[in-house]
Amino acid sequence: MSTSTASAERREQGADWPLWEVFVQEEQGAPHEHAGSVHAVDREHALQNARDVYGRRGGISLWVVPTAQITASTPEDMGPFFDPGNDKPYRHPQFYRVPRGVRGV
Amino acid sequence: MDESLRPALVEFLLRHGDDRLVLGHRLAEWCGHGPALEEDIALANIALDVTGQANLLLALAGRTEGMGRDQDALAYFRDERDFRNAQLVELPKGDFGFTIVRQFLFDAYDVPFLEALQGSAHEELAGIAAKAYKEARYHLRHSAEWVVMLGDGTAESHERTQRALDELWRFTHELFEVDAVDRALIAAGIAPDVSALAPAWRARVAQVVERATLTLPGDGFRARGGRRGLHTEHLGIMLAEMQIVARSHPGASW
Repeated sequence: MSTSTASAERREQGADWPLWEVFVQEEQGAPHEHAGSVHAVDREHALQNARDVYGRRGGISLWVVPTAQITASTPEDMGPFFDPGNDKPYRHPQFYRVPRGVRGV
Repeated sequence: MDESLRPALVEFLLRHGDDRLVLGHRLAEWCGHGPALEEDIALANIALDVTGQANLLLALAGRTEGMGRDQDALAYFRDERDFRNAQLVELPKGDFGFTIVRQFLFDAYDVPFLEALQGSAHEELAGIAAKAYKEARYHLRHSAEWVVMLGDGTAESHERTQRALDELWRFTHELFEVDAVDRALIAAGIAPDVSALAPAWRARVAQVVERATLTLPGDGFRARGGRRGLHTEHLGIMLAEMQIVARSHPGASW
């Protein structure tokens, strides 16, 4: 019996299926939004599981991403990452007054 | 439609409606027992798809028959000998490998069958086929991928998958049999000639079987009879469970 390298990779991963994050696009032009996660052995399997768990009630496109490939900020990053924006109100569009007569804003 | 074709059309609709009703029940037996949450949901989804197809085909059978039977009457108040499904779909669900191989063998037949049925001269039947065809393509993608994962997986999954393939093979020939009922409908452009689909089915199955590092079984004994109401000992037991609530409380609703 011959085996492919794909199956050898699967076996190396052991009995536990890795986790994948699922992103669903609801309609043309809309962003892919995070829907949740699924377990799967490889990308095709992940796509099928995502379809079954999150895609069956609508959507036009699915992305699956290995959870291990995502680098996330930590709660400790919150201050240095996000605080500076809060005391600089001119960084928010609401800071600026729209002149009278400007249309289409 | 030519009035003389009515009995043949009813028979055809029962055969293909029953295939899906019985297969749907076998798949639904996995509900809550799947090997992983995701696969449990996938099998339930496929069960719902094929049961929905059965609903449409049996409803049309009832209306074509014109004896006042709706799809529920046909599903729940016919006995074993009146069922026209192929024996392949009534076999007990077995282990996960058996369920997957059975599903794959059926899906590989169902996709080209429904593709051809979309060209039926019977407009409503063509419409049902078009809806089911989209579902079947996904079913095939799912089951074929699993056959490869199991066949080309561990030594145990390989052995179990091969055993399932060997056990199921003799039940596949019935899907491609053509009798007088089919010939009448083929001549009228209502039904496709399923016997013509067999070579392409075999090639597609062989391709996936090879990817799965499995061995295609040889053609030996051919199980047949389902289309004439002759079934394995398993269908009666399944129907008893499937029909008991409807028969104990006829006309009940909730």
